[in-house]
Amino acid sequence: MSGEKDLEQIKREAAEKAKELAKQRLAAKQAGEGNDPKQVADQIAEPVVKESVAAAATDDADLAKKKAAAAAKAKAAAMAKMKANAQAGEAPAASEAKAEVSAPVEGQDADLAKKKAAAAAKAKAAALAKMKATGQIEANAESEAQAATDAADDDDLAKKKAAAVAKAKAAAEAKLKAKAEAGEGADASSGDDDDLAKKKAAAVAKAKAAAAAKAKAAASGGGSADDEKAKAIAAAKAKAAAAAKAKSAAGAKAGAEEPVEEKKPSPNQPYLDKYVKTITDNLGADILEDSYINPLSKDVPTLVAKRESYYRLAEFLKYNELLGFDYLSELHGTDFQTHMEVYVHLYSYKNRQSVALKVKLDRNDPVTQSVQPLWAGADWPECEAYDLLGIKFEGHPNLHRIMLGEDWVGHPLRKDYEPYDVEV
Amino acid sequence: MIRTEEMLLNVGPQHPSTHGVFRLVLKIDGEIIVEAKPVIGYLHRGTEKLAEDLQYTQIIPYTDRMDYVSAMTNNYVIVHAVETMMGIQVPERAEYLRVLAMELNRVASHLLWWGTFILDFGATSPLLYAFRDREMILNLLNELSGARLTFNYMRVGGVKWDAPEGWLEKVAEFVPYLRGQLKGYHQLVSGNEIFLNRTKGIGKYTKEDAINYSLSGANLRSTGVKWDLRKDEPYSIYDRFDFDVVTREEGDALARYYCRLGEIEESLKIIEQALEQFPKEGEIMAKVPKIIKAPKGEAFVRIEGSRGEIGCYISSDGKKEPYRLKFRRPSFYNLQILPKLLEGESISNLIAILGAVDIVLGEVDG
Repeated sequence: MSGEKDLEQIKREAAEKAKELAKQRLAAKQAGEGNDPKQVADQIAEPVVKESVAAAATDDADLAKKKAAAAAKAKAAAMAKMKANAQAGEAPAASEAKAEVSAPVEGQDADLAKKKAAAAAKAKAAALAKMKATGQIEANAESEAQAATDAADDDDLAKKKAAAVAKAKAAAEAKLKAKAEAGEGADASSGDDDDLAKKKAAAVAKAKAAAAAKAKAAASGGGSADDEKAKAIAAAKAKAAAAAKAKSAAGAKAGAEEPVEEKKPSPNQPYLDKYVKTITDNLGADILEDSYINPLSKDVPTLVAKRESYYRLAEFLKYNELLGFDYLSELHGTDFQTHMEVYVHLYSYKNRQSVALKVKLDRNDPVTQSVQPLWAGADWPECEAYDLLGIKFEGHPNLHRIMLGEDWVGHPLRKDYEPYDVEV
Repeated sequence: MIRTEEMLLNVGPQHPSTHGVFRLVLKIDGEIIVEAKPVIGYLHRGTEKLAEDLQYTQIIPYTDRMDYVSAMTNNYVIVHAVETMMGIQVPERAEYLRVLAMELNRVASHLLWWGTFILDFGATSPLLYAFRDREMILNLLNELSGARLTFNYMRVGGVKWDAPEGWLEKVAEFVPYLRGQLKGYHQLVSGNEIFLNRTKGIGKYTKEDAINYSLSGANLRSTGVKWDLRKDEPYSIYDRFDFDVVTREEGDALARYYCRLGEIEESLKIIEQALEQFPKEGEIMAKVPKIIKAPKGEAFVRIEGSRGEIGCYISSDGKKEPYRLKFRRPSFYNLQILPKLLEGESISNLIAILGAVDIVLGEVDG
């Protein structure tokens, strides 16, 4: 599932690349002037994801040509950036506009731009082939690789350009953090070509790619996988650019349709206020660490107890006349890595109200008091939390490893759990 | 002079009356149980751990295997949790299909329970009747979802398949048929003196105990607590149906028997109304992203399953897999009261008491 998704993304990205190519040609005609510092800045903002993708790209030796490899690397970097940007979730329109502005600016020289475009196309093809070769669709990999090689043979100058793009990218990366990965990429590319224009080209590609990625992230439905594929194949043609544009527009629209969270106060707010007031009136102010309405969970009033006052609060919640939470619906623990958390969902049959009680524990020594004496129903759930997370409940009459047995090594639901098997 | 001593007796894990792999270590004094220690975990498959590496849609088949005789409600609880977090509006038609599927499954589950409960007392024919009628439901659900037990039918935002042609009519025909059968069930078993002797006043607990031990479903309602999440915290479209919450006051095995049979009738009522209100056309899936990502945060939802309250807790960090997933499994909670109930009971009542709790081990062990 996720593999398919990645492939789709790569294909989309390829389409974007084609679009960029068209833009560059257009820019070449317009022959703009000047520098854009914004682009450079954009370039510096290199994502962490890049490393892994770039590594995957460099793994592939089938395509053979060094230049192509470098180009692919540049490509992979751009893609990683796309992803990172998509997650950051800036307004797609904004970066689209940015890309548009920079396109004409970049095209100082008609010839140069054309060559660059060619190089870009080649890089794209190589990257596509590479991604496929890494195991997405093996059947396609061969033909794609062929295409990449063809592209590489295509033009000496173009090759140089591609290498330069890769170099530029690598330089930017190095600027951000001196990674060995980056150095490798720079080595692979023979740096004989001119610089600033290329950097700009790379920046343009990035900006474009980012915009596309963002649009995609916003788009919910999108086209079918076949559709994407067809587009990716046609990516070499400038025709695809139009399609990509349409898509990004659709994406923007879909983004606008996203449900807006309601801001009006929750109907459970009075209950929460009542609980908090009752608690602070009777137990003092330093019982609660936090209290809030959880809008994701049907607006359940949530109380976070301080570590040392968890049991007192639980006891109070059960026996206080106004609260009377006589039913324990659920108890479990979660490893949040920074801390352990015990989540208790309580219900009052008398008042017909729910409350969620939480307590945060020290992850290295997760100990708290058992609420089994208050609710007999907490017996097994606490055993389960002990078994799977290692949370110790003091005062529990029979705390044992209820699911896995006493000889099990480790607590599986902890995020740092390593399976232990004597036979392995 | 006769020397007496306590002895240990293992019941299970492979024992027909335990309905799965459940083990009881009994300390007995003659025929009287002094202490009962349940041992569970034989069927623990680590669903919650597995789920941490799975996308939400991929988790749904795993829920089929929790309570494998009532998988529709399990399907529902996880999609409901994700939908609650994402604020997805499910299309009407999908909601009705879900309700029909869940209620049919509830009936099937109760029929299975009925048959095996009576079988535990030694009566074999009721089981055959129950299975015959349950099979009809499974056929209906098979037509709907393509599977007899592990349906994998629901999706975040709707259901996987629309009702096939003529399916609704078949369901409509089935409802009056089962009503007639239920009368037969009562004639066959409910008034039987042996049955009454073995269930009346057996495994009795109070309302307070039931609540204290976190019991839910028929185990809770048999003590007189009028509580049904379909009614009291309506989810899906349950607020559109007119049905009763069946309760009994006695709190014994017989009360639980009547509650469950009563629930079959109520479910049939819901099915009937759902068929009447069923939208002629419409979508069966809401517009949802291809890759479902629950927003950052946490949610706990609970619904009324066949055995009680099924809950689902999701803690999400915004990725396509849950950070932590936890199911509140009713059988696991309901079984906790067993040692208390068995204390001081005769060993022959063990089967009736355990049977009346209605456990499914896949659900107990998670």
